[in-house]
Amino acid sequence: MRSGALRPEMQFATLAQQGETAQLGMWVFIATETLFFGALLFAYFVYRNLYPEEFAQAAKETVLWCGILNTGLLLTSSLTMVLAIEAAAAGRRQALTNWLLATAALGIAFILIKSYEWYLDYQDGVVPAVHFFMKLDQAPAGELFWVFYFIATPLHALHLSIGVGLLFFMLTRARRGELTSGYFAPLEVVGLYWSFVDTVWIFLFPAIYLVGRS
Amino acid sequence: MAALAADVGTDYLTSENTVRSWLLTRDHKRIGLLFFASITFFFFIGGIAATLIRLHLATPSGLLQPSIYNRVFTMHGIVMVWFFLIPSIPTTLGNFVLPLMIGAHDLAFPRINLASWYVFNLSGLVLLYALIMGGADAGWTFYPPFSTLYSDGYILVAALAVFVNGFSTIMTALNFVVTTHRLRAPGMTWMRLPLFVWAIYSVSLLMLLATPVLAMVLLLVAAERFLQVGLFDPTHGGDPILFQHIFWFYSHPAVYIMIVPAMGVVSELVTCFARRPIFGYTGMAYALMAIAILSFFVWAHHMFVAGISIYSAVVFSLMTFFVAVPSAIKVFNWTATLHKGSISFDAPFLYALGFVLLFTIGGVTGLMVATLGLDIDLHDTYFVIAHFHYIMVGGTVSAFFGGLHYWWPKITGRLYPELWARFAALLTFVGFNLTFFPQFILGYLGMPRRYYTYAPEWQPWNLLSSAGASILAVAYLLPLGYLAWSMLRGERAGPNPWRATGLEWQTSSPPPTYNFARTPAVTTAPYAYNPENGSYVAQDGTVHA
Repeated sequence: MRSGALRPEMQFATLAQQGETAQLGMWVFIATETLFFGALLFAYFVYRNLYPEEFAQAAKETVLWCGILNTGLLLTSSLTMVLAIEAAAAGRRQALTNWLLATAALGIAFILIKSYEWYLDYQDGVVPAVHFFMKLDQAPAGELFWVFYFIATPLHALHLSIGVGLLFFMLTRARRGELTSGYFAPLEVVGLYWSFVDTVWIFLFPAIYLVGRS
Repeated sequence: MAALAADVGTDYLTSENTVRSWLLTRDHKRIGLLFFASITFFFFIGGIAATLIRLHLATPSGLLQPSIYNRVFTMHGIVMVWFFLIPSIPTTLGNFVLPLMIGAHDLAFPRINLASWYVFNLSGLVLLYALIMGGADAGWTFYPPFSTLYSDGYILVAALAVFVNGFSTIMTALNFVVTTHRLRAPGMTWMRLPLFVWAIYSVSLLMLLATPVLAMVLLLVAAERFLQVGLFDPTHGGDPILFQHIFWFYSHPAVYIMIVPAMGVVSELVTCFARRPIFGYTGMAYALMAIAILSFFVWAHHMFVAGISIYSAVVFSLMTFFVAVPSAIKVFNWTATLHKGSISFDAPFLYALGFVLLFTIGGVTGLMVATLGLDIDLHDTYFVIAHFHYIMVGGTVSAFFGGLHYWWPKITGRLYPELWARFAALLTFVGFNLTFFPQFILGYLGMPRRYYTYAPEWQPWNLLSSAGASILAVAYLLPLGYLAWSMLRGERAGPNPWRATGLEWQTSSPPPTYNFARTPAVTTAPYAYNPENGSYVAQDGTVHA
């Protein structure tokens, strides 16, 4: 580590201990988040199981190409996130900045495409309570599918937006020279969070777009 | 004795005393006191509601309009569960004592700890807004379809308050888990942790895994009520029973969130005032973890008459009997610790003794309502009310007061007046039993919960209960008076007035800002008391004759 670098906060003996502690904190938080999204998916699958036909019919109206494209973007963003961490570990500051920017750009692209998809959904008249036409072959449970869709996807997008905010926070910290090859735990913590949000999508994508589509 | 203590004059209370230094503090001890102020405020809000309930029920004709009565008992439940009982011991005593006990200089994330207090107060303000605007009337359980379709109260605001409150719970619990894993002093192995730390650790796991489920189900209820989309409404294809499953998946563990920290406090008190090592330390630690894990698999015992299948009811009844095993282990071990001990009946010990008795009654009656046949009769009667008040008020609140008295000299540096405190402890026990034992009888006679009126022949028992409540109110107000007095006039306590073994007692009272002058090294298991001659070995290895 370079001279004049960071010192651990007073409750920690070493920077290494501080970094490990921060990572454990994020893992614990992810456990909490898993139960949060888990409860939603649980309720969703209970209803899916109760009304398989109606849900399958409703799910066919989701915009598949948006879902597929977004899945590709998010998976790629996890790669660039890992490359950013690797760049930080190797002390390549320019590469770190570039990979962070690439990750943020992919995240923002996801949100833009998702927003466009919601706009398409609105035009299709599948937004419950706002703009919704019940199809005869889906009544009454078809609406439930869309209620879950409009709870799950904005919640995921909210988590992703927070992730993008954290990436920009990491960019400023990198610029201030606070992320060195000796201490880049904050970046690893953000990376864990980013991968978790990615993983949530890995579960949401097939559950919403793919099941019963054939 | 105070080898770990810093120089006098630098304790956490006097080191800096501007308003700003309190509101922006990162010291876990100060944040513990901030939480103490907040939860005391809400204890009184919930207490006022309880007083109104008991006044109303003193006569069958009552005092309040039926619709007002519904709002009062709903507010009593919401405030007491989420704004007092769940945060009570963890955020105050846990916050203050846990880092001291494990020899840490602070919690792992001091800023998150402070943020937790602000979020708690924010959620409290939202709840007060709901209260001022007219309150909510759906009961603390928010059951749809009443909460989503029919109720005209401020359900959304109240649910939002509970939702925001959950963030505070999660932040505090996350801090405790990570701190216990990463910041233990050298030599403080898991099997040397004081049982209070084990209790706070296992309750934090419960909070972390249960609270998000409540958040999600409240979100779904809010969506249904706000958007009128019918998530749990059968006419829209929804299933109200599903709500109950998800709600109780949180709320049964929440019962243990309230009682497990109390068990931790009582373990400290019993061993210290009996001057004996705790009986079966390993069993006690594992019992806490077993309670935490098993409590996730008993939720449907709240739903035996809601229309679940008889087979799942049998399984959930059986699981409930299983969770009683580790609870009983704890009661037996506390009792066995007293055997051949050198007991002194100081106020904290009286509270602990009260806890063991009342928790046992609450636990055994809990098994009665978990029995399928009996529950058909007792479900939604005052028997259930009495049962869970024995656990939560007789158990948790007694332990909270016991712990408060026990650590008071550490928190303030002053001794409380012992005679007054013993009187308050006894009064609590008497007042509590007078309030809630008649409710067992009322429930057995068939008086349903949540009704604003009752058959005239039940009035004597209700009157007895209301009379007991007034005694209980005095018993809870007394400490407020004499503890405040002791802060100014109480005798100086010295570092270790109880001659206790925990690391928190080896530093000065009140402790310095960063707890210890140097990081302690732990060489022994906790509770190395000797009842024969009163000697003990503190956890930092110092021997005291």
